[in-house]
Amino acid sequence: MTESAVVMKSVNKWYGQFHVLRDINLDVKKGERIVICGPSGSGKSTMIRCINRLEEHQQGDIIVDGIPLTTNVKNIDDVRREVGMVFQHFNLFPHLTVLENCTLAPMWVRKEPKAQAEETAMKFLKRVKIPEQALKYPGQLSGGQQQRVAIARALCMNPKIMLFDEPTSALDPEMIKEVLDVMVDLAQGGMTMLCVTHEMAFARQVANRVIFMDQGQIVEQNEPNEFFLNPQSPRTKLFLEQILH
Amino acid sequence: MTVNTPHSKSVPPPAPAGGVSWFYDPKIRGYASQIIVVALLLWGLYVIIGNTQANLTKLNQNFGFGFLTQAAGFDLSTSLIEYSSTSTYGRAIFAGLLNTILVAVLGIIFATIIGFLVGVMRLSKNRVVAGAATLYIELIRNVPLLLQIFMWYALVLKPLPGVKDAHSLFGIVFLSKKGIVMPHPNFGPGAWAGLLFLVAALVGTWLFRRRARKLQDETGKITPVWLISIPIIILSPFIGLALAGWPLAFDYPELKGFNFSGGMTMVPEMAALLIALIVYSATFIAETVRSGIQAVSHGQSEASSALGLSRGRALRLVIIPQAMRVIIPPLASQYLNLTKNSSLAIAVGFPDLMYAGGTVNNQSGKAIEVVFILMVVYLSLSLFTAAFMNWFNSRMKMVER
Amino acid sequence: MSLSYVRTIDAPKLPAPTTTAGTWAKLRERFAPTPLSGLGTLVIAVFLAWAIWSIFQWAIIDAVWTAPDREPCNAPGAGACWPFVQAKALQWVYGFYPIELRWRPNIVFLLGGLSLAGLLIPKIPFKGWNALFFFLAFPIIAYVLLTGGRFGLEEVGTEQWGGLLVTLIVAITGIVASLPLGILLALGRRSKMPVVRTLCTGFIEIVRGVPLITVLFMASVMFPLFMPPGINPDKLLKALVGVGLFSAAYMAEVVRGGLQAIPKGQYEASMAVGLSYWRMMLLVVMPQALKVVIPGIVNSFISLFKDTSLVSIIGIFDLFNIVQSGFNDAKWASAQTGNTGYFALALIYWVFCFSMSRYSQFIERRLNTSYTR
Repeated sequence: MTESAVVMKSVNKWYGQFHVLRDINLDVKKGERIVICGPSGSGKSTMIRCINRLEEHQQGDIIVDGIPLTTNVKNIDDVRREVGMVFQHFNLFPHLTVLENCTLAPMWVRKEPKAQAEETAMKFLKRVKIPEQALKYPGQLSGGQQQRVAIARALCMNPKIMLFDEPTSALDPEMIKEVLDVMVDLAQGGMTMLCVTHEMAFARQVANRVIFMDQGQIVEQNEPNEFFLNPQSPRTKLFLEQILH
Repeated sequence: MTVNTPHSKSVPPPAPAGGVSWFYDPKIRGYASQIIVVALLLWGLYVIIGNTQANLTKLNQNFGFGFLTQAAGFDLSTSLIEYSSTSTYGRAIFAGLLNTILVAVLGIIFATIIGFLVGVMRLSKNRVVAGAATLYIELIRNVPLLLQIFMWYALVLKPLPGVKDAHSLFGIVFLSKKGIVMPHPNFGPGAWAGLLFLVAALVGTWLFRRRARKLQDETGKITPVWLISIPIIILSPFIGLALAGWPLAFDYPELKGFNFSGGMTMVPEMAALLIALIVYSATFIAETVRSGIQAVSHGQSEASSALGLSRGRALRLVIIPQAMRVIIPPLASQYLNLTKNSSLAIAVGFPDLMYAGGTVNNQSGKAIEVVFILMVVYLSLSLFTAAFMNWFNSRMKMVER
Repeated sequence: MSLSYVRTIDAPKLPAPTTTAGTWAKLRERFAPTPLSGLGTLVIAVFLAWAIWSIFQWAIIDAVWTAPDREPCNAPGAGACWPFVQAKALQWVYGFYPIELRWRPNIVFLLGGLSLAGLLIPKIPFKGWNALFFFLAFPIIAYVLLTGGRFGLEEVGTEQWGGLLVTLIVAITGIVASLPLGILLALGRRSKMPVVRTLCTGFIEIVRGVPLITVLFMASVMFPLFMPPGINPDKLLKALVGVGLFSAAYMAEVVRGGLQAIPKGQYEASMAVGLSYWRMMLLVVMPQALKVVIPGIVNSFISLFKDTSLVSIIGIFDLFNIVQSGFNDAKWASAQTGNTGYFALALIYWVFCFSMSRYSQFIERRLNTSYTR
């Protein structure tokens, strides 16, 4: 059995009195590609945001790449270096060029020299197929291009794990494919990925495992074909009926 | 594969809780920095208090508010309460506070009226009207208020003639170097009838308006409520007074020797301060009103026009109620600014709170106590105004829903 | 008739007609859309014409242009007394700064003006170095040059400074000191630590709740008491401390507004790439927030510039005070001296403040068009 990239053990979290994450147990192996789906408000985003501590869990253990997430700031910094994240609304830094967006963290967190950081950045910008936009500002790019920059920015830190929080939900329909292509390419390169997404074609194509969440719990998980063809829980069935028309 | 969460998967043993060291615990870091801040603050206070004590002993002084009951020994040019140079320091400060409140309240009322008028004028389609409003705003708000107070004082009020050749308005209001002298109303017994009639007219208007609304709801007929009721409201106290046998006498100012006797006087210092405050603050209120109205989306006025509402009705029924929500918070801070700016009275010698405080300090040397009193009083005025505006704002919001 | 239709020839693209309505209708729409509005136009136009004519008559036609002393200005019917302004102009700029040493304030004016122009004009590069110079090096250079007493420069006490020089010193010190202080206070007010938050909020609200004159009064009478016995701080320094603290509280609120305008996603993305709190603030949040608040900063500078006139109340010879004190000069005291002085003063303040407010509007428009997420 291969090593674990992310382990969540009996994780619980509340917003005030609202129980957002209920007894989450999850073990993600290195190189695994997981797609998480579920109705809105089911806690999918909260779960993956706990992995890089954008949200704090209140009970249970989360261990990322062997590092336990406690209140220790040093551990949190270490985890964030290993985990890249792509947001629904891109969250690029609007006052920096595309290239500067990509070199910011390598230079200030990993303390790489500028030339090296720029070289890495250009490598990943080529990989997401927009090296020619390097000197533009995010505001001058289309949504799809911005999201690809966001992916390149995350990759520049050489993360071992990538988190995707609904990366295509804020995009116009014609731009979804260019982002998914990059993600597929990434998956085929062997990256450990956790994606919150409703792109079921993507799930079938690259995922090793699909997780269905509802009301803060993991209700069902399975390998993609079984999951789509033969869902077990009635809640999963209902959800799949609704999104697959 | 299984339904529901698999508990059977192998999991590495959890890392020891608590992490590497307390140095990296954000909670402990937080407490530590706060303790450092408090320690620095206490140390600073300790040094300051030590120095102050040393300085005060050197000056043969001690800290305390006992001096407030001592005789002040200076005059105030105008006061709302009985005050003379034998009154106490405390009373001097209180008289100053009342003058500050008087100026602030009058200033707020007139500045609001002018400000709303100019703000709406600036959005007028008539180029001359809009241009004049813009000119007024841009001219006035870019010149320091202090300078404007002096300009009103020196250019308009100083050149007024002496008491002997005072400008007179119908022989009852006099303008001279001594200020503006107006008749002072004296109400005799039975004057309450006037008040009673005024209240009755107001209540009547309210009932009338309700009836008109009901009539409109039932038949669609719109009654010109204000056209009818405003004259009635204005006339009613006079009718009441007339029925009660006119128990109202005016104390008219009369020229006696070198001064006026009778009537009430607004000293020129106050007039200069008040005019400057109103003219200056009105520009800011006008800008607030303009941006408030513009903040209501263009779609709202388009929708009103599409429904066939006239521009006036659209303003009154659709735009203003929405704009008020945007206007009130900055309006509140303009009122606070006006109140605080009234402290510039000290420059022309109008005895407001700041003037009284400054004079008390000069006479008694109680700097710390005076500054403390001034700050507490101004802060309370600010808090009071803020609280009132908050209350008003929340009411507006509720009415809207 | 068939419903089917296919356009085969494009309709010609025509230039827009020059006028749609007659000149008369256009005029009516602009100046008298309703009869009442027309009446308003008439009243305002007459009033404006009268006001402009009166000022013109006073300032130009009836004005005294050259005179050795006050005599011609005292003549009945005389207008503005411009020779007074001419005679006092240098004093208005430098105060009582020794004439042979005025090259020192001149260098300060020049350096400050160049650096400020570099900061304010968007096209000029090296903004970062320029800001560093303006906020760190320039105050030190200006201090050394103006006070003297070292590097072989003759010492000039602050009681000899005055006029526009002091007004600008007070205003610029206020801004230079208030920006870093205000940023710290704004961050403190948003801090998660209750003690820090309470202290910062308390300071901001107390200072904003009292008039500037109270703060100046406090600085001038209480500040000396706080110092170790025997040390009596310079009068100008006391005023500068008061103005600095006062504008810091206002600046803190301006900066806080900018911080609130930064979307949460920016914080999250910075944390996700592993930036620490201070790096996040320095590299991601502050550059954006400060850009958003440039108009706010300029506006508070305008307020501060106008408010500098209050230091005259605690006895400092700023522009306002020095102009006023000239009215009592026996050589020039006349019926028109005061009017002319106030008019000139108002004009100077107005030119400064109006151009700054125009600049702030220009930046605001620029931000609105270029700043897209």
